[in-house]
Amino acid sequence: MTGDLVIVGASVAGVTLARTLRSRGFTGRVRLVDREAEEPYDKPPLSKGRPAEPVRLLTRPEAERLGLELLLGAEATGVDPAARRLALADGSRLGYGALVIATGVRARPSPWPGPGVHTLRTLADARALHAGLARGGHLVVIGAGFIGAEAAGTATALGCRVTLVDPLPSPPARVVGRSVGNRILAWHVRAGVDLRLGRGVQALDHRADGIMVRLDDGEVLRADHVLVGIGAEPDVDWLAGSGLHLDDGIACDRYGRALGVDHVYAAGDIACWATADGAAGRRIEHWTSAQEQARCVAATLLDPGRPQAPGEVPMVWSDQHGRTIQVLGAVDPAVEPRIVADEGRLLALWGGGRVVGAVSLAWPRASLAARRAIASGAPITEVLDALTRQKTPPRTDTPPRTETAPLKETASLKEVAR
Amino acid sequence: MPALTVKTDACQGYASCVIAADDYFDIDDDGLVVLLAAEVPEADRERVDRAVRSCPAAALRLEGA
Repeated sequence: MTGDLVIVGASVAGVTLARTLRSRGFTGRVRLVDREAEEPYDKPPLSKGRPAEPVRLLTRPEAERLGLELLLGAEATGVDPAARRLALADGSRLGYGALVIATGVRARPSPWPGPGVHTLRTLADARALHAGLARGGHLVVIGAGFIGAEAAGTATALGCRVTLVDPLPSPPARVVGRSVGNRILAWHVRAGVDLRLGRGVQALDHRADGIMVRLDDGEVLRADHVLVGIGAEPDVDWLAGSGLHLDDGIACDRYGRALGVDHVYAAGDIACWATADGAAGRRIEHWTSAQEQARCVAATLLDPGRPQAPGEVPMVWSDQHGRTIQVLGAVDPAVEPRIVADEGRLLALWGGGRVVGAVSLAWPRASLAARRAIASGAPITEVLDALTRQKTPPRTDTPPRTETAPLKETASLKEVAR
Repeated sequence: MPALTVKTDACQGYASCVIAADDYFDIDDDGLVVLLAAEVPEADRERVDRAVRSCPAAALRLEGA
């Protein structure tokens, strides 16, 4: 790489890139720019509680030791690719040899803003939400994606009453399929979360006695706090006119090199990398993918003649009501998986002969076996046999069950889902 | 020599460390990380550091020069 590196976004992708370059011996100037004044922090823990103790990705002393310049509280406002300059809100310009954009995504704003109505993406968001939850009361979560579902678990553990609203009849099924999704919904039910599924929100009315959440079937929920978790969106307005391709985030080739301009790269949630066959690809909002993309960009920057593309098995995790969910590889929610269930634990496998995707619920060793099988292209039968052999001594007389048919919904779940 | 430490109460059993460096990490039947070696020779440092940073639960540390 020639010249200085400027990284916009002290995200997991941005910090991983800077660290990887240093650990591989890059001695050039590296500047990390972020609009937030906070020392870089990790976002996934924010929906899982305890924002008072954020996980720092990089501290100022560490940055100093590694020779990384942190420009925090500095908002990037534009790029001039011809002059190779990044403009900042304070009017200054940073010249770059290479520019990496790793700003992540922002929470889709609430259509119903107002006091007590939260979104959850940043540390400031998490602190505001927790300040509210510390007073107890009733939290209504609108949107039962992973962040909403995790926050529901956190709030329940803090002693709040929680209602989870989503227009889909089974929100987790969208990611993990119906039968596994139903198991996850059952965790919420058991933890005492009230579910309002298949229902939309029409309006929020702020009144002296609370926030009235009006659902599309006429029901009104009185809330003390509302969390709107309806997804995230790339923030690329500031890049308009730069020559970058901005249809869905920043379009890149399969190595993270931005299309349309030279010497600009993108990594993490904002980046839309082409696939190995050259197809347009899609944005991947995964923490592990952000890390891997950052390591690929580091390798490509250090040796442009041998650019590096991702190859790891994709992994997404969630932590709800003290139980873990891992989604590995290519999971097709429209296809019923092979399921191995062992007491409260479950492994679901997708694929014809060979394993291509898996979901594990609260079963780390099975998850590890599946992850290795996906990487090596092992047959499904091999994983099933290995699990039966490896299985921990049963705590009851019930042997592990192998099922191919969809699991029955539990009675309680059916009741609430109606 | 750099040394590995584990916050076992933070471990959630995601096993990303095992995938990145299975000669240093494993998980037990309860899904908790087990260190197979605590001291990391310089030659392994980058690979083990990457395993440490791949932990979604931030349960691992690699410290010391």
